[in-house]
Amino acid sequence: MEALVLARLQFAATTIFHFFFVPLSIGLVLLIAIMETMYVVKGKEEYKRMAKFWGKLFLINFAVGVVTGIIQEFQFGMNWSDYSRFVGDVFGAPLAVEALFAFFMESTFIGLWIFGWDRLSKKVHMICIWLVALGTTVSAFWILAANSFMQRPVGYTINNGRAEMNDFFALIGNGQLWVEFPHTVLGAFATGAFMITGISAYKMLRKQDVQFFKKSFTIAVIIGLVASFGTALAGHQQSQYLVKTQPMKMAAAEGLWGKSGDPAPWTVYAHIDTDNGKNNFEIKIPYLLSFLSYSQFSGEVKGMNELQAEYEQTYGPGDYIPPVKTTFWSFRIMVAAGCLMILLGMYGVYLAWRKKLERPNKWYYRLMLWGISLPFIANTAGWVMTEFGRQPWTVFGLMQTKDSVSPSVTSGQLLFSLIAYCAIYTALAIVMVYLFVKTIKKGPYAENHTDDKSTDPYGKEGYHAVS
Amino acid sequence: MLSLNELWFVLVAVLFIGFFFLEGFDFGVGMSTRFLAKNDMERRVLINSIGPFWDANEVWLLTAGGAMFAAFPNWYATMFSGYYTPLVVLLLALIARGVAFEFRGKVANGKWKGTWDVAIFLGSLLPPFLLGVVFSGLMKGLPIDGDMEMKAGLFDMVNLYTLVGGITVVVLCLVHGLMFASLRTTGSLQERARKLARKLMIPLAALFVIFGVMTYFQTDVFKVRGLALVLLAVVGVACFLLAGMFMSKHRDGWAFGMTGALIALSISSVFVGLFPRVMVSSISETFSLTIHNAASGHYSLKVMTIVALTLLPFVLGYQIWSYFVFHKRVHEKEHLEY
Repeated sequence: MEALVLARLQFAATTIFHFFFVPLSIGLVLLIAIMETMYVVKGKEEYKRMAKFWGKLFLINFAVGVVTGIIQEFQFGMNWSDYSRFVGDVFGAPLAVEALFAFFMESTFIGLWIFGWDRLSKKVHMICIWLVALGTTVSAFWILAANSFMQRPVGYTINNGRAEMNDFFALIGNGQLWVEFPHTVLGAFATGAFMITGISAYKMLRKQDVQFFKKSFTIAVIIGLVASFGTALAGHQQSQYLVKTQPMKMAAAEGLWGKSGDPAPWTVYAHIDTDNGKNNFEIKIPYLLSFLSYSQFSGEVKGMNELQAEYEQTYGPGDYIPPVKTTFWSFRIMVAAGCLMILLGMYGVYLAWRKKLERPNKWYYRLMLWGISLPFIANTAGWVMTEFGRQPWTVFGLMQTKDSVSPSVTSGQLLFSLIAYCAIYTALAIVMVYLFVKTIKKGPYAENHTDDKSTDPYGKEGYHAVS
Repeated sequence: MLSLNELWFVLVAVLFIGFFFLEGFDFGVGMSTRFLAKNDMERRVLINSIGPFWDANEVWLLTAGGAMFAAFPNWYATMFSGYYTPLVVLLLALIARGVAFEFRGKVANGKWKGTWDVAIFLGSLLPPFLLGVVFSGLMKGLPIDGDMEMKAGLFDMVNLYTLVGGITVVVLCLVHGLMFASLRTTGSLQERARKLARKLMIPLAALFVIFGVMTYFQTDVFKVRGLALVLLAVVGVACFLLAGMFMSKHRDGWAFGMTGALIALSISSVFVGLFPRVMVSSISETFSLTIHNAASGHYSLKVMTIVALTLLPFVLGYQIWSYFVFHKRVHEKEHLEY
């Protein structure tokens, strides 16, 4: 296989896998921080147990998120060296700041949190988990700042045959970043929340530790609903921004070949024929695309054919239409999953409000168990749409994907690394699911190690080390 | 005054020194779980002794990589794509090791633990070895062409010189790690750690001498920076002797400081020898990557300098605090997280 195809496959596989764990970490740590805060404020042991139980799942997940992230940072240089040379001046900075600002914070304070239950005061220990939460969110901000540059390059000039930064504040003030960041982070909060509601629902279904899981469910479902709804609103902001900055992506996401007409209808379903550049069958909702694009019920949206002609004028001959079916369907899958999350969340909040959680809500709890998958589907589909929809560009308007790969890396090397990564990731996924299930089955009242003998770490044996 | 390019060269060097100093001891402790611990409990004590730190220590490597990307994109691009296969192995090792710490204690089953123990051992052995090979290669020279592309065959990367470099780094990390274990454990485990560290000092001295001599003949760094390197070597010999002395007097803290100083001096020597180059080309001197032709533009470096100098004090502050929080020895009788 061609090196370019393998490098793209590797980027897609490793990034999608990495992004199963990242949003879950961001979401879980926020909820754990809230639970620990309730413990500190209300002083009830139950909340501490909550933070510890969900903390176990968080830590298993966090470990996988961290180690798969190392590949992400190395991958640009390894597989995409021409890309790295071209954008390093601009793109490297947010990555370095992410490491310096966020990675150090996360990793240091997670160590303090895990090992510090008996060594730090309640309040300091609580601050540690909040700093981990802040670290994960800050990390998201900087990596999205880098991604936003790829979607909408700003704050640079072309100099010495490469993009050089000339305005750092333009980079972090990038409009793209400020629609992408809330959408992604709120989605991550929802991911953590739906994990907790799903597991709690399962436990309540099994009538195990019902009180514990009822409380967990209540906290998480509120966060889950607010975050899902917020994600949808931020997504609406993002789509309006998209029409202005990357109209081709929008047109592909709508399967829109010609002009939409005014007002523009939204296509629910289309039979897309990419070879002939048309759709054979469509189901449309009138006005909706105008609303998605401009927040009003009028206004026309440009189609792919028209944009292709415009881009040929600007960038020279070439094919500027991204993979239409992938972009179209990933968008719809994301939206559908998000809508389901909002509906499930609303019903859950209603149940909690009316104190009906302890009733046998069998069908709803089963749905919530399956609902764990929804944010993962939405996250993945969202990124597939964003990254596929930008093709053929790596940096929109500046550099194409085919010019970005490492010239010195052979397809044999790429195939070797792809197989190696996929093998180790598969093993990680199996182990992780196994450990999740095991931890959940044990429940919140089981001890970590059965062979633990507890003594006071401040006792005689724990004397000062440097003597 | 340092130019920004020079400053960033120093900063990248500092990040790598920090990485090898800190992660060096947790690599060493990780390796020692294989032969120093006599049973599962001792192994757990060793793992717990680095438990709160290893993740943050590894971030030094990530930050060094990020700093290279931001300040010297051509260095990052050439080195990471050129050293492709060793880096793949490095990544696999770091992945396996990272999850092993977290997963090992989750299931009470001998085979389960045994598997993760292998991951911890190999994951602690391979990275310092591979990085030793890579850093020696930077000095020795690599086939880098006029387009800054490194097209290296296996023997360009792995040869007698770089192998000795790799082994030296491994033994250095192991001694450093054993001293850390002496600091954070008690009883017979602590005794054995001290003993083994002392035993390893002789092979370590031999490796240093062999690597130094080979460096003289295989690279040009002594011709370029002879005086500075000789000075560093003199300080190194002093640190080495002091380390041996403190070890025999059971002054573990001081001995750990000295093994750390040896690591810092070794890595500094590599960077001093390279300066102002970052990668030496074996094809032609004019193709070598330097702090000028590999660097980002002035504006970018300036912004990064402000950001880095603002954040670094905080990072150092809370990292030092975390070592202070966990300064007590790990004991079998207390609650062990891992």
